[in-house]
Amino acid sequence: MFKGVYNWIDERLDITPMWRDVADHEVPEHVNPAHHFSAFVYCFGGLTFFITVIQILSGMFLTMYFVPDIINAYKSVDFLQHKVAFGGIVRGMHHWGASLVIVMMFLHTLRVFFTGSYKAPREMNWVVGMLIFFIMLGLGFTGYLLPWDNKAYFATKVGIQIAESVPYIGTYIKELMQGGEIVGAETLTRFFAIHVFFLPGALLALLAAHFFMIRKQGISGPL
Amino acid sequence: MAHGHKSNEKVVFVGDSRVRKKASTGPVTPPDYSAYPGKSEAFIPNFLLKEWMVGVVVLVGFLVLTISEAAPLGYPADPTNASFIPMPDWYFLFLYQFLKLQYVSKDYVVLGTVGIPGVAFGALLLAPFLDTGKERRFYRRPITSILMFMSLISVFYLTKQSWDHYEHELKITNSVPEHITREEKAREAAEEAAKAGLPAGSPPPEIPLVEAKDPTATAIIEKAKCVQCHGTDLKGNDAAGIPSFHGIGDKFSKEELVDIVTNGKDNMPSFKDTLSAEEIDQLTTWLSKQKAPAK
Repeated sequence: MFKGVYNWIDERLDITPMWRDVADHEVPEHVNPAHHFSAFVYCFGGLTFFITVIQILSGMFLTMYFVPDIINAYKSVDFLQHKVAFGGIVRGMHHWGASLVIVMMFLHTLRVFFTGSYKAPREMNWVVGMLIFFIMLGLGFTGYLLPWDNKAYFATKVGIQIAESVPYIGTYIKELMQGGEIVGAETLTRFFAIHVFFLPGALLALLAAHFFMIRKQGISGPL
Repeated sequence: MAHGHKSNEKVVFVGDSRVRKKASTGPVTPPDYSAYPGKSEAFIPNFLLKEWMVGVVVLVGFLVLTISEAAPLGYPADPTNASFIPMPDWYFLFLYQFLKLQYVSKDYVVLGTVGIPGVAFGALLLAPFLDTGKERRFYRRPITSILMFMSLISVFYLTKQSWDHYEHELKITNSVPEHITREEKAREAAEEAAKAGLPAGSPPPEIPLVEAKDPTATAIIEKAKCVQCHGTDLKGNDAAGIPSFHGIGDKFSKEELVDIVTNGKDNMPSFKDTLSAEEIDQLTTWLSKQKAPAK
């Protein structure tokens, strides 16, 4: 049955080379934790992606309840946390996952740095990786405001004040982030849009580039 | 016909405009690891299963954390709250603390927000173009490694310092992070509700004011401007730690109330210059009557 469906699609789209390319490429021994336990450091990149997938899935479920306006944002998070079945777990996964993804990405970056894997010919992949790092920090910053409690509000206020101190363009950055005179209703909808549409879009594009390059160039050799 | 049909293909496209596969270039050929001695294996399923084992360990740790520690939630944002200590998420603490240092704040803040972080993160972004040597082992490229180690030490140190400073501030302002207060209050309310036989999660019963229209009390409340902090409904502000007048008689005796109004308590100022001793006596008599109705 499965084979029949697969063959039907394959005849039309010729997907076998694509799939074989993803599945069959050789993974060398020096990155395999089954052969050398210390090779687990090579898993941090994969784990970052794993946690990112958890973030995307849990985030999708959170948006089923979250209401991005200043009257209801807090109430909807409160409802989700305390009334919805497993709501606390899903929000917990998104909350702690946000920290964990930063930790994993940090470790992955250090592994690449200290093994000198960013060197030629992999320079572009390092730059893309750093851009992913910045996008992740942006996701952390914008997501922090969304529960709309005092901690969220005042942290964002301070963050925007810091951005404002940038010479020449500071006031424009502030206006762009804040969407008005104060941190308020406009800021919340704006941060929500940035957090769930703009940054994840950019993230997925950069991840695609990251994976394409690692596939094309292969993992760096043993030291 | 522009494109001839190849009889060996199962599907025949009408007007075939597909990009022709060049005979010379096959699909992306994976790099050859035969140069390295050792056992390489296929990505799916052999290697991915091993990576998944590491993933499972992480996943279990992650889920244990998620289940044991609820995601924090404080009180709703109140822009007028002047006593709240702002704190970014932990991974921004080092930058936050950095901006408090003398030569990167106030007059030099541009150096702190753009200058030094710009150079540091710019260098990190462009690392492959700055460290162009062929050597990959970190102990054979000391400049790059030392710069990274020093940055890491600074980041850890600043983060620790920032957190210590936050704990110190909590101590001197005698405050507790809101999500903890909120959780404790919710637990107390649930316990009380359980005692009273109410279903869990029902809101605490409203306590009405006793003798709400009492003319002497109303006049004194107006004179002392109690409503400025305790609210026009005299219900206080839980989030800011301002108590409600409703049911205050259950929490304090008349003598305690006299002491609080005369000498102040926590953030509440003393009223001994605003009100006469007689007025304080009348007000506290009224306050001590504010008890929850008997059940």
